[in-house]
Amino acid sequence: MPAPIIKVDAISKSFGTFKVLDGLSMQVMPGEKLALIGPSGSGKTTILRILMTLEKIDGGHIQVDGEQLYHMERNGQLLPADERHLARMRQKIGMVFQLFNLFPHKCVIDNVTLAPMLTKGVARAAAEKRAMELLDMVGLADKAKAMPAQLSGGQKQRVAIARALALSPKIMLFDEVTSALDPELVEEVLNVMRKLAAETDMTMLLVTHEMGFAHDFADRVLFFDRGRIVEEGKPDEIFRHPKQERTQSFLKKIIAAGHRV
Amino acid sequence: MAAASLNGKRKDTSSFMTQWSGYLGLILQGALVTIELTLMGSVLALIMAFLAGMGRVSRFFIVRAIATAYIEFFRGTSIFVQLFWAYFVLPFAGLSLTPLQAGVLALGLNVGAYAAEVVRGAILSVGREQYEACTALNLGRWQGMRHVILPQALLVMLPTFGNNAIELLKATSVVSLISLADLTFQAQVVRSQTGSTLMPFLSVLIIYFALALIISWRVRTLERRMARGLDGVRV
Repeated sequence: MPAPIIKVDAISKSFGTFKVLDGLSMQVMPGEKLALIGPSGSGKTTILRILMTLEKIDGGHIQVDGEQLYHMERNGQLLPADERHLARMRQKIGMVFQLFNLFPHKCVIDNVTLAPMLTKGVARAAAEKRAMELLDMVGLADKAKAMPAQLSGGQKQRVAIARALALSPKIMLFDEVTSALDPELVEEVLNVMRKLAAETDMTMLLVTHEMGFAHDFADRVLFFDRGRIVEEGKPDEIFRHPKQERTQSFLKKIIAAGHRV
Repeated sequence: MAAASLNGKRKDTSSFMTQWSGYLGLILQGALVTIELTLMGSVLALIMAFLAGMGRVSRFFIVRAIATAYIEFFRGTSIFVQLFWAYFVLPFAGLSLTPLQAGVLALGLNVGAYAAEVVRGAILSVGREQYEACTALNLGRWQGMRHVILPQALLVMLPTFGNNAIELLKATSVVSLISLADLTFQAQVVRSQTGSTLMPFLSVLIIYFALALIISWRVRTLERRMARGLDGVRV
């Protein structure tokens, strides 16, 4: 059995007096597609942000691809990671945000090529060639020269996916990537993610409220509540036969709110 | 030299028009000095604004402290006093400046302190999500600043930079106090030589106003050009 690509060990994190993550542990296998679901404030987005090093942790350890994320091993001791170590670890991980976070002053292709050129020293021609392949993959090759403000939400999100992929991360984090979209635009983004899952062996973690998509897409579903994983299992187990009372009541509320499971 | 020949003209009471055109020439020479001061002062102000403004958001305490001290000092003391220090006091420290150099130094440092706060404010106005995108794309702090944050912040700075430049233009008149022959200085010369107050002061009023209009107009053009493509995101 291969080693897990992500090993989260007893992570705690508070915002002021509010404990978002309460000794959270989880493991993700290489190539696994994981859906993180749960009520807001349950810590599912926070763990993605922690994996992207956008938040500091209060305690615990995280291993990514065999190396400590927030610590460095020096002479057998674990020291807090410095900026150089974090930069090296970030190469393994890419993230797509709920609100796209495209660079509004750069056209689509420049959004995609900026990071490879700056962080990996890729030449412009090579970066643009790769960017065009990725834009083609997300169905936006014809928008290469458009500015983000000229795109629909779904198109922006597909550019954001291409931009993250341009750095060839081993792990992709999707943080509620369809939550800010008009309903009729959700599907075009989900289709890109399906394609990505089918064509690559990338490890994918997604926080989502699209229960139907989580059911079809994920290998495993984690149900978060109050900073802990309350229940996890195959999509069918979680969505059809949830064991925990909290999972049941959450899913009931979601279905009452009109979400398809 | 010009003043001497004009003196000659005044004595020989020839044509009234020739006399006035000579005085106007004097005022226009002053306008050139004012423009020169404004341009050079603005360049120094811009450099100081970015140094101090970015220093204010530095990770390092000592950098923040130096930037804050500079800004507070130059905002908190009068431009007159700063100019007098640059021109009259610095020589005692072994640094003698020409009136023009002293003027540019005082104006640039003074206005730069105000503009530094504009730079800081504009950097902070760029949303946190842009910084997070930089982190997620593994851009270094400086790379993100240079390619993502500053280009967006610049658009926020521009209108206020326009204000600062106009303030600087008007503040250039203080250099007349260290006998630099700028617009205001020349107006005083003409007034004392002709005894007329209206003509020299009306001309400098119009010239200052025209120069300020040019600055506004240039900044607005620049703004429009930079905002291109950002429609719907920023105006």
